[in-house]
Amino acid sequence: MNASMTASRKWRKPPMIKNPLMRWGLISGCLIYLVLAFGSFDVNWARVYEGLDRGWQFILAFSKPDFLSRKSDIIDGMAESAIMTITSTACGILISIPIGLGAARNIAPLPVYLVCRGVIAISRALHEIIVAILLVAIFGFGPFAGFVTLSFATIGFLAKLLAEDIEDTDRSQAEAIKATGASWWQWVTYGIQPQVMPRLIGLSMYRLDINFRESAILGLVGAGGIGATLNTAFDRYEFDTAAAIIIMIIVIVMFLEYLSGVIRARLQ
Amino acid sequence: MLHLNKLTKQYATGDMALKSVELEIPKGQVVALIGPSGAGKSTLIRCINRLVEPTSGSVILNGKELTKLGSGALRQARRRMGMIFQEYALVERLTVMENVLSGRLGYVGFWRSFLRKYPQSDVDEAFRLLERVGLDHMADKRADELSGGQRQRVGIARALIQDPELLLVDEPTASLDPKTSRQIMRLICELCAERNLAAIINIHDVALAQMFVQRVIGLRFGEVVYDGPPDQLKPDILTEIYGEEDWEATIEAIDEDDEAEQGAVA
Repeated sequence: MNASMTASRKWRKPPMIKNPLMRWGLISGCLIYLVLAFGSFDVNWARVYEGLDRGWQFILAFSKPDFLSRKSDIIDGMAESAIMTITSTACGILISIPIGLGAARNIAPLPVYLVCRGVIAISRALHEIIVAILLVAIFGFGPFAGFVTLSFATIGFLAKLLAEDIEDTDRSQAEAIKATGASWWQWVTYGIQPQVMPRLIGLSMYRLDINFRESAILGLVGAGGIGATLNTAFDRYEFDTAAAIIIMIIVIVMFLEYLSGVIRARLQ
Repeated sequence: MLHLNKLTKQYATGDMALKSVELEIPKGQVVALIGPSGAGKSTLIRCINRLVEPTSGSVILNGKELTKLGSGALRQARRRMGMIFQEYALVERLTVMENVLSGRLGYVGFWRSFLRKYPQSDVDEAFRLLERVGLDHMADKRADELSGGQRQRVGIARALIQDPELLLVDEPTASLDPKTSRQIMRLICELCAERNLAAIINIHDVALAQMFVQRVIGLRFGEVVYDGPPDQLKPDILTEIYGEEDWEATIEAIDEDDEAEQGAVA
């Protein structure tokens, strides 16, 4: 046995960034920025001390939520939110399916793909609140602006995830359907649809629950629903009514979350 | 019946998968296509039904030049070419029956297929075929509940319900155990004989091919290097197809297998 074989060779995991200058530059750059960024916060501790009391009042309100004195407002707001949520989810799903098909590179020709990806990109780039402010300006206050906002937001979410699921489908199953002489629509409904259906239903349920949560926020910018009721309660400093509304939103969201979990589990 | 004329395929990467392949297959003949991985076997059968578009040359089935057809006519032509796949390629979330009936997609309209309202004659034929492959009690099971051998039987039924003249079979036994492999090969060859179907079977297992087919074609680097009866496959020919290796064991094993088979039959 010769010396070179007995001498132990050193081994270290290769670093993720090879160039040491680049590596240490990035690490120290990030650290310096973080220190400066935290330092830039200007906190008035006396103001915080006063604010603590107001915060405490708000939290206390949760111990005695008032469901009754604004009962009819709450019921109307909830009904409006439910309508907005369900109609926008249904409408969003219907529009998302063709756009999702068009945005899947493995089944759509390039021009269709680019248009559909563009629609998705626009929908995702604009946050619900911004869209809602614009649409309230167009349609006026009320749940219709909320419905259009949420439908639009649903497209960005559902069509993108559906398209990605279509791109991940098993090609051989689709190829086998094509080999039988099936037309394009038959190919999609036999070769692709069965593979993506469980995910599509699961995502739709998930989106239903997101849309309900969003509908509570959209009221703050005038797009109707329970958010409008909540906003009014805050404006009147009726923290106990606000607390009641927030508790109801939490309970409903948790219920929808549970429901979509059950449905998704059954689909597998 | 099937004629390949100077069939050539060059992939976008520049690889020549097929180099001017000439082939003539008469009605009812079962042909095994052997060759190393990457020799172009899979490309060859996919160029016939144009799941892969050939670069040049022509495919002629019963006088019809498939390579010249537009998309509608191509779909009609595909109906007469059944295909059987290596990993079965069943639609896993559909039932056995839906998978078999999907072989009729080229014959029924969109809404009929979408609503699963197939003509009664198709349903009758599907049950007959499932019975023939021994799976009639499985009609409503989901395809992903089946074993490998059972799935391949469904794949065979799906190909046959197309009422094909030609079967294109891509590595039908590559995912199966040796016993099931023989059963599947036997089933395919029996069905071809019953219906006077021609078939091209891509296969890695030379011994299995020799056991069942009348003609073997050896492909290497996209060229036909052997075309003849299975018993003429000698070590020097296998070396030409696959490269240098000790082939005696493979060939001896075949002889023993054949005797064992015949012993079992007798």
